[in-house]
Amino acid sequence: MAEIKNYTMNFGPQHPSAHGVLRLVLELDGEVIERADPHIGLLHRATEKLAEHKTYLQSLPYMDRLDYVSMMCNEHAYVMAIEKLLALEVPVRAQYIRVMFDEITRIMNHLLWLGAHALDIGAMTVFLYAFREREDLMDVYEAVSGARLHAAYYRPGGVYRDLPDSMPLYQASKIHNAKAVKKMNENREGSLLDFMEDFTNRFPICVDEYETLLTDNRIWKQRTVGIGVVTPERALALGFSGPMLRGSGIVWDLRKKQPYEVYNRLDFDIPVGVEGDCYDRYLVRVEEMRQSNRIIKQCISWLRQNPGPVIVNNFKVAPPKRESMKQNMEELIHHFKLFTEGMHIPSGEAYAAVEHPKGEFGIYIISDGANKPYRLKIRAPGFAHIAALDEMARGHMIADVVAIIGTQDIVFGEVDR
Amino acid sequence: MAANLTLLTTNLTTIFANQIVSLDNMLGELTLVVRDIDMLEVLTRLRDDPDLRFEQMIDLCGVDYCTYGGEICEGGAYLKSDIAPDAYSSRFAVVYHLLSLTHNIRLRVRVFAEDDDLPILSSVVNIWSCANWYEREAFDLYGIVFTDHPDLRRLLTDYGFVGNPFRKDFPLSGHVEMRYDSEQQRVIYQPVSIEPRELVPRIIREEHYGGLK
Repeated sequence: MAEIKNYTMNFGPQHPSAHGVLRLVLELDGEVIERADPHIGLLHRATEKLAEHKTYLQSLPYMDRLDYVSMMCNEHAYVMAIEKLLALEVPVRAQYIRVMFDEITRIMNHLLWLGAHALDIGAMTVFLYAFREREDLMDVYEAVSGARLHAAYYRPGGVYRDLPDSMPLYQASKIHNAKAVKKMNENREGSLLDFMEDFTNRFPICVDEYETLLTDNRIWKQRTVGIGVVTPERALALGFSGPMLRGSGIVWDLRKKQPYEVYNRLDFDIPVGVEGDCYDRYLVRVEEMRQSNRIIKQCISWLRQNPGPVIVNNFKVAPPKRESMKQNMEELIHHFKLFTEGMHIPSGEAYAAVEHPKGEFGIYIISDGANKPYRLKIRAPGFAHIAALDEMARGHMIADVVAIIGTQDIVFGEVDR
Repeated sequence: MAANLTLLTTNLTTIFANQIVSLDNMLGELTLVVRDIDMLEVLTRLRDDPDLRFEQMIDLCGVDYCTYGGEICEGGAYLKSDIAPDAYSSRFAVVYHLLSLTHNIRLRVRVFAEDDDLPILSSVVNIWSCANWYEREAFDLYGIVFTDHPDLRRLLTDYGFVGNPFRKDFPLSGHVEMRYDSEQQRVIYQPVSIEPRELVPRIIREEHYGGLK
């Protein structure tokens, strides 16, 4: 009989399918995983500690950089926690805008996940298709906040500004002549809402395209069906949330169960898996994109009909209008105080959670009444998921580890914080 | 939700009659404080009792209360001012955020570690498996030791890191910095060259300052 030898193999941190900086120490029996030991923290920036030394407004852009593929959802949990402590009533229009951008973010996240996951398993094309639509959504980000990724658009008490009336346009260049540019700008002539409406009309067909490439694809099924199975009981004990929990067949979505903002006024369905394997989680996320598209449609029609304020009229929390700031002494003082000393939050503690594209993203703030949080804890969904990698990967082949990392939708910005 | 909270409050007070140190309802969130000797019993009961059924531990985090209410900053770390009231008797606490999917309700449990110099608490890995990494994180960042933890190693900080970076007496800039030394041809650690500075001072205003609720 041949001599059997166990190997310990290092995977990452610079591996393209490690989704960032994951170092895995794998104990192998042949090609079968006996133990997986993820080493995280290579992207640890101590966001929570930094936040203790910054005013509430100054820490807001750090939230974008946690899960850097679903930026606005991170901000959402943060501003919700502050609003809870201040007992702030957010204008309804701001709530709709937030919900719309949460869903845009969800689609953006799932598109990146889908492209990267398929790429990891060997399907190159999906990545290109997914990024085609993602580009449009990043343009929407840019139109509303000026940044394509790190938006810093949500503010305690509402959003930074109302939706713009125009979209950024392509310019003629060496590559595209005036005629081609005109065609590319066709759906960008109107307002942001016009552009989004056009997007929601064509997006379902795009999702069909992704599904044509993958859903019945024999190789895709061979690589995902029966891989990384998690039973509902284990999913609960392991602290799973979001699509990871729903993929195992548990009906749980904070948007339905503990509705925040205006989710209780919107009509959408929650897809749930059966087997709890990678394929089911794939199906759940693809269906979530379709549902997000539905939600965005409803938000657009509401936002068209209901103009109004998008941030609270409380100068202790939100800055006064620039115009009035230039003319009135009191507004000037408010503006100065807000951006130097910052807002004070009454002592107490609050936990606010949103249904982030990856799961439950929560912010826990302990305040002692100062202008900075005493303690800020970020509950990142990916942290619990990557912690379960060992359990999910045991008994699988090395190649399946890549599929499991992909299905967990890991982003190191939030895992390492 | 409000009705659920009242029901949960009643259930908790009847089930843990003499184990509750305090039970507060603030901003629609319940916070239960228990002693460290009771914690395992209480947390197991919280998961298993049909009236409670907190199947999921959403979050576990360490807290260092030593400068709570303090304003003075020295060397990048906040120190407790003499005026600030001693709000908490112990320095370290661990906060558990629990979620019951059956009853659709959340609960926050806080346990203080008796000893400030060597905070020790029991591990809850056997109650919720996901506690494993959360406890490693709290051990790494706050130096809280969890007894009966299967694998209590550092998690987020660098290999060979010294200290507990999230403690309030640990400066924001840290103690060492890293650079490549071309003479020694390797990466070396040296004491930080960053001057401690504070851009916005930490200020606590009186209640209802400027008409704020």
